[in-house]
Amino acid sequence: MDQTSLLSLIHNDGVSAIEARIAGRRMLIEPTMLEAVTGWHRRPEGLCRGEVCVPVRDTAAIDGPDGTVDLVGVAALLGRPFVVDAEAGTAYLGEAALDRAAMLRSQVAPEFTLPDLAGRHHSLSEHRGKKVFFVAWASW
Amino acid sequence: MFEELRELGFVVITVAFERTVEDAREWIDAAAPTHPSLIDTTWSIADLYHVENVPTVFWIDEEGRIVRPQDVAFGSNMFQDFTGIDADVHQAALRSWVRGETAALAPEAVERHLRVPTEADQLARAEFGLGRWLWEQGRAEAARAHFQRAEELAPNLWTCWRGSMRMQDEDPMGELFFEKMTAYRGEGGVMARVIVD
Repeated sequence: MDQTSLLSLIHNDGVSAIEARIAGRRMLIEPTMLEAVTGWHRRPEGLCRGEVCVPVRDTAAIDGPDGTVDLVGVAALLGRPFVVDAEAGTAYLGEAALDRAAMLRSQVAPEFTLPDLAGRHHSLSEHRGKKVFFVAWASW
Repeated sequence: MFEELRELGFVVITVAFERTVEDAREWIDAAAPTHPSLIDTTWSIADLYHVENVPTVFWIDEEGRIVRPQDVAFGSNMFQDFTGIDADVHQAALRSWVRGETAALAPEAVERHLRVPTEADQLARAEFGLGRWLWEQGRAEAARAHFQRAEELAPNLWTCWRGSMRMQDEDPMGELFFEKMTAYRGEGGVMARVIVD
């Protein structure tokens, strides 16, 4: 790939520096980068992660030149929100509404780990066996 | 609060959506809580649990199941005139559940009351997340357009539009907030959904 630029891609697990080529509305990256950041990789049968494969009907929306993949097309196929700010050299790959809804509808409280003021990390699962009153608030 | 319930196998966990840990410190120090009081500087819980406004509470049972989805509860009646919500009602229901006097919601009722995000909500969260990250990098000007886009996409997400006000040098309790709140409610928007079951 030529004319690549370095972008900060923000996603669920943090921020990754990725080399990408922005061409029109497409953001072309190496498939190895796609897998490193999202866990999904391009296979002949579709877009796969673990045992799960999503068929790619419109290959032109996913595949770019020189074996690259278009992250914009991948995000659309997976129903994930994707916002690019080329000027700021930043992109954000969010979580699909359908995935979030399915997780909540399972009625299993999603696991999380977050720090307290002292920087000590706490996970919801540490409190299994207790009734939990979970409060989301803000100082504002 | 609820100290007397601790021996019944009960825990309060709070999560604050804040720009920085320091934003929450004075509030948490003042309350001197004995329960885990966590800070979420990326609003990850707002995304994971679809928290539209604060405060939002969930009840989670011993097996880690949601037995009361997004609900509104206050620690006191300080804001009752503003919200129209009597804090005692939720507190009484909570105590009764913890003591085993009443059951929590049945799965059908949880499903009925559960709120799940739309595609516009998730796109708004992505815009907010990009803005928040830029703000953290000291690029408040570049962040602004993303916060505004998030607000246009999902005016129902107070955690995004109101949650970004400080990052846009606006007062989340100021005139602009009240203007926006009045406009939103005027269009039938809801500030706080209380479960009545």
